[in-house]
Amino acid sequence: MTPLHKEFGGEKKIVLVGCPNVGKSVVFNSLTGAYTTVSNYPGTSVEVSRGHCQIAGEQYQVLDTPGMYSLLPITEEERVGRRILFEEDPHVVIHVVDARNLERMLPMTIQLIEAGLPVLLLVNIIDEAERIGMRIDIALLDEKLGIPVVGAAIGRKRGLRELRQAIADYRPRRATFSYAADLERDIQRVTGLMHGKYRLECRSLALMLMQRDEEVQKMVLAGEGERAAGIAEMVNIVVFERRVDLHLRISLERKRICKGLLDGVVSLREGGRPAFAERLSALTMNPWTGVPLLLLVLYFGLYKFVGGFGAGTVVDLLEGTIFEEHLNPWAIAWFEQHVPWYWLRELVVGEYGLFTLGVRYAVAIILPIVGTFFIAFAMIEDSGYFPRLAMLVDRVFKRIGLNGRAVIPMVLGFGCDTMATVVTRTLETVRERILATLLLTLAIPCSAQMGVILGLLSGVPGALAVWIASLTGIFLLVGLLAARVMPGERPMFYMEIPPMRLPQPRNVLVKTLTRMQWYFLEIFPLFMIASVLLWAGKLSGALGWLVDVMQPVMHLLGLPKETAAAFIIGFFRRDFGAAGLYDLQTNGLLSPVQLTVAAVTLTLFVPCVAQFLVMKKERGWKVSLIIFVVVTALAFSVGFGLNRLLLVTGIL
Amino acid sequence: MRVSAKAEEILEALWIVTEEQGAVAADFAALGIEANDQGLAELLGVAYVEVLGERVRLRPEGRDEARMTVRRHRLAERLMMDILDIQGPPGDDRACEFEHLLHHGVDTKICTLLNHPTTCPHGKPIPSGSCCEQARANGEVGVVALTELKPGDPGEIAYLAAGDVRKMQKLMSMGVLPGTSVKLLRTYPSYIFKVGQSEFAVDEELAREIFVRKEVE
Repeated sequence: MTPLHKEFGGEKKIVLVGCPNVGKSVVFNSLTGAYTTVSNYPGTSVEVSRGHCQIAGEQYQVLDTPGMYSLLPITEEERVGRRILFEEDPHVVIHVVDARNLERMLPMTIQLIEAGLPVLLLVNIIDEAERIGMRIDIALLDEKLGIPVVGAAIGRKRGLRELRQAIADYRPRRATFSYAADLERDIQRVTGLMHGKYRLECRSLALMLMQRDEEVQKMVLAGEGERAAGIAEMVNIVVFERRVDLHLRISLERKRICKGLLDGVVSLREGGRPAFAERLSALTMNPWTGVPLLLLVLYFGLYKFVGGFGAGTVVDLLEGTIFEEHLNPWAIAWFEQHVPWYWLRELVVGEYGLFTLGVRYAVAIILPIVGTFFIAFAMIEDSGYFPRLAMLVDRVFKRIGLNGRAVIPMVLGFGCDTMATVVTRTLETVRERILATLLLTLAIPCSAQMGVILGLLSGVPGALAVWIASLTGIFLLVGLLAARVMPGERPMFYMEIPPMRLPQPRNVLVKTLTRMQWYFLEIFPLFMIASVLLWAGKLSGALGWLVDVMQPVMHLLGLPKETAAAFIIGFFRRDFGAAGLYDLQTNGLLSPVQLTVAAVTLTLFVPCVAQFLVMKKERGWKVSLIIFVVVTALAFSVGFGLNRLLLVTGIL
Repeated sequence: MRVSAKAEEILEALWIVTEEQGAVAADFAALGIEANDQGLAELLGVAYVEVLGERVRLRPEGRDEARMTVRRHRLAERLMMDILDIQGPPGDDRACEFEHLLHHGVDTKICTLLNHPTTCPHGKPIPSGSCCEQARANGEVGVVALTELKPGDPGEIAYLAAGDVRKMQKLMSMGVLPGTSVKLLRTYPSYIFKVGQSEFAVDEELAREIFVRKEVE
């Protein structure tokens, strides 16, 4: 916000809240014209997105919050969402709900109204509800709830005008819903003692106090000062009296209120088709058909499309034809002619030159691979396949201390480990987040690295199988051990399974471009820095010295000393290192065993700088340093062991 | 007629050997008693059993008592393991002591509480009591965990048993509330159920804490 805005009291704020997967981000995008990632996967918005829009000549700020099921948060992202409601002063809070599940989601509307927030209910995805024979009387619901209600299918641009109109016309109205007399009496016992000033209604705070919400406890402690002790005492009395069923009672009361509200509002026509989508959905969740389907998705999505098309066809064209045959020779020739200084020629077009190495790797090798991965990921994501995959792998993931939910960061890790590390935030416990981060850092190769390695190993029969087996083995083994070593409760798994939908090309495209943009902005500078550092290292002799230092280690792994450079480059970006191996391979410097050992070690080896920095930000210094050390040690010991094993058994 | 705990043990063992394993009579050794056993004398006194040489035979007069003794024992086991969560040998030991207290209609109450179970935790059949027959005749449907439903079964949520408040809240906020209709869709690898128009996947631990009233077929 600019200071100017502050002077005029700031822009009015519009806050979007609601369950995961009801289309909050679509609403955000439609209002602001900006783009936040939209998908058919619960919990895509991890952070709060802010955008601006103009309605009826007035400027608004729009805030999109992570999904939350109720005002009592359980996960970190729910907490983030609620804090917005606690701290901001919104002009209107738009509660976005899925029309088909109106009854289930309406209790949160009640909670929001009860908290005294200026609520507007947006009944979204109404087209799909109509398709299954549901009719919703929006006007009647508006009247009964006492707040503005808009029916819409924002994804199809339906109801957007009405929504904007409703925002412009918004005037807070008061509505109260009463619970059963005994519950009301207990709420009264607590609110009667509260005299502080709060942004939210005391009634709502009292209910949250009774449900032992720590943040609200702190808030009330601050707001009441000396009275806080008395309130806490009263809360304890109520909680004890209602120890048997307090939470349940409150939920049931809200449900009763909602049932009454929806009476006459929703009518359901029976009959409807068990669509193809439903049959496909059933197939993906049955292990007998689900696992083959997964393999198909992996084969076509990852191997054929990313590995074959992205890392093969597109890279060949960009790197092999455009860069190697045209751009590089031209650039080198131009510099030879016009630049007299050796160091500058080296900096731009030398072995580790900004252009010949940095730009070439970033644009011609990494970008097409990452791009094709993001296309495949977006399509799978929008189809709603991931929650089904999550439920399929839950049992296996439980063994490694995670639950099915972790499948998203893991799969995303195959695209970019840095991005995936950010997404581990959606996991519920700190323990799960640390375990997931460790496994991502260690055993999940990102698409750029994988593309290069797939290309590298495909020439050697069996090498690919050894590589996959080693990584899978390490992933499971380290997961099992880490889950044993790390104390903490067993994770629980629950997840909403959204309907399967056909991905919309525009959404896939926009999402891919946004992710590619993020990726490019994030990594391009690092490629440049890496080039400069390597150039400086080469000219000053430091690189040679480092290579010499690393040589005994390489020797232990049975690798030629030239690979040391690839590992050092690999510290700047894992994929960068893999590409370094690619150069060694084309020069015929590596035997099949050496190639495999190098590929496995490099994949396991220390993650790229960007991932490490994100890890530090998300997990803190201590944890990230421990992960760093553990991963490095494991990578080299596995490389050492694998080399011995391959030599003894003579597999390759 | 009420017999002593010692006699009940003999009746129980005798029922298993003769009724469940199909023998005509049981050896003293199989029952773990001597010829001069007090419990045996008691049973002979009320003519529930007869002794043929080294073997004991259950007489028709004693059948009913034996059957109910076995029933009480296995109900006690269910109670220990399902409700009180005392597993393994300690559970077995407690059940052995507890069964002798299940007289005067206490067994009926426990049986109803447990929703008329048909097998003990070790998989052996629990002889049905009059309460079970009555419930069947009236078509009563009890409350079972979601895990007991078969895929495709509809039901109505009766209550949530989650010990952990967080879990309860999560389930409730997903719309899993008493009185809601559910339909179980899959049981493996995770439990998938439908509430309203939404489908949810939960793991076995959570599914075990959702109790549903089965709908009458």
